[in-house]
Amino acid sequence: MTAFLAVLGRELRLALRHPADALAAVLFFLLVSALFPFGVGPAPETLARLAPGALLAASLLAALLPLDRLWGAEAEDGSLDLLLLSGLHPALIALAKATGHWLTTGLPLILATPLAAAMLNLPTEAWGVAMLALGLASLILSLLGTAGAALTLGARRGGVLLPLLVLPLAIPAVIFGAAAIEATTTDSSARPMLLLLGALAALALPLAPVAAGAALRGE
Amino acid sequence: MPKQASRWQFLANPGRFLRVTRWLLPALSVAALLVLAVGAVWGLAYSPPDWQQGETVRIMYVHVPMAWLAMGGYSGLVLLSVLGLVWKHPLADVAARELSPIGALATGLCLLTGSLWGRPMWGTWWVWDARLTSVLVLFFLWVGHAALTRAFDDPDRGARMGAILALVGAVNVPIVKFSVDWWNTLHQPASVARLAAPGLHQDILYPLLVNGLGFSLAFAALALAATRAGLLERRLRALQLAAARRADVA
Repeated sequence: MTAFLAVLGRELRLALRHPADALAAVLFFLLVSALFPFGVGPAPETLARLAPGALLAASLLAALLPLDRLWGAEAEDGSLDLLLLSGLHPALIALAKATGHWLTTGLPLILATPLAAAMLNLPTEAWGVAMLALGLASLILSLLGTAGAALTLGARRGGVLLPLLVLPLAIPAVIFGAAAIEATTTDSSARPMLLLLGALAALALPLAPVAAGAALRGE
Repeated sequence: MPKQASRWQFLANPGRFLRVTRWLLPALSVAALLVLAVGAVWGLAYSPPDWQQGETVRIMYVHVPMAWLAMGGYSGLVLLSVLGLVWKHPLADVAARELSPIGALATGLCLLTGSLWGRPMWGTWWVWDARLTSVLVLFFLWVGHAALTRAFDDPDRGARMGAILALVGAVNVPIVKFSVDWWNTLHQPASVARLAAPGLHQDILYPLLVNGLGFSLAFAALALAATRAGLLERRLRALQLAAARRADVA
C-alpha cells in the first residue's frame, strides 16, 4: 500500500510541477466544445440538443492527449524498469498511473464542465449530472487509456494507434454518459444511465490494470 | 509422451505445420471454390426470392456467413492469443498476427453487405442499432489488432501486445451475440439456429448453409495461406539475420 501511494504521490508531484500539461487538456476540451457552435450554428435549442454528446466526446478526446506520453518518458530514462523491480505488482503500478491520470486530467475536466456546458447552452439543472457523467466516463477512459498506452509503448506510430485501440472500447461510456445528461434535460431520471456508467467503471477498474500490467511485463 | 499431449502438439511444430499444410491448403482451396460455386448458383438462381424482400434477400448469402466468420474468427483469435500468452506458442503468435487482416476483411464485408441490404429494407445505409454498433467495434478491434501486432520492431513483443488486446476485446463478443436480445432495435434477432419454430424456410436455409460452409472453407484456406507465408517470412528473416551476423564476424 505504501509503495502504491508512493507511486501515486510521485505522479501527482510530477503533474504539479508541470501544471501546463493538465491545463492543456482542459483548454483543448474547452476549444473543442467551442467548435460545435461554429459548426452547427449558434441557435440555443440546437446547441442544447447537441450538448450531452459533444461534452462527452470532447472530454474523452481531451483525456486522450496526455496518454501518449504516459509511460514514454519513464521507459526512456529507465525509471519504469526500476518501478517494475520495486516489487509492486505491475497491475498496481498501472492502477496508480491510471489514478494519477484521472486526478490530473479527469478532475480538471470535471471542474471545467460548467464552463463548456454554458458555451453549449446546456440547461443549468443538468450541470450536476453532466459533471458526474463526465467524471465516470473520464475514469473509464483513464483506465482503458492506461492499458492502451502500455500496449502501444515502444510501438511505431504509437500515438496514432492509441486512440484507435481505446476509443472503440470507450463507445459505451459515451452512449450512457450522454443518455444520462439527456435524461435530465427531458425530465426523466438519469439514475439508470449513471448506474450503468458506474457498472462500466466497476468493470474496467480491476480488468484494465491487469491488462496494462501484463503488457508492462512484456517489456 | 501421453497421447492427448501429442495430438495437442501435433501442429505446434512449425516444420510439421508447413509440411501438412502443403497438401491441406490446396485441398481446402479447391473445396472452398467448389462449395462456393455450388452456393453461388444455388443462392442466385435456384433459391426463391423472398415474398416481402424480393431479390434483395440474396444479400443474406454473403452477409450472414461473413457475420459468422467475423465472430467465429474472433473467437479463434482469442484462443490463439491464450495459446500464445500462456504456452508461448510461436505458431499461435504467427497465426494470430496473420488472422487479423482476414478477420477485418470478413467483418468489413459483413458491415458493407449489411449496409447495402439495409438501404432497400430499412430505408437507410446505417443506423446506430446495438448490433451494428457492436459489430463496428469488432471491426475496429480487428484493425487495431492488425496494426498493433505489426507496430513493433520485435515481432514477439508485437504478438504479446496483440494477444492482450484480443483478450481485452473478447468482452465485445457476447455483446455482439446478445445485442439483438438485450436491445430491441432494428436488427432482427437470431433466426437461423433456433430450436423451436424454424425461422427460415429450407429453400433459403440450405443454400445459406452451403454458402456458410463455402465461405468458412475459404476463410480457413486464406488463414492457412497467410500463416504459411508468415512462417516463411520469419524463417527468411532469421536466415538473413544469421547471414548478416556471419558477414559481420568475417
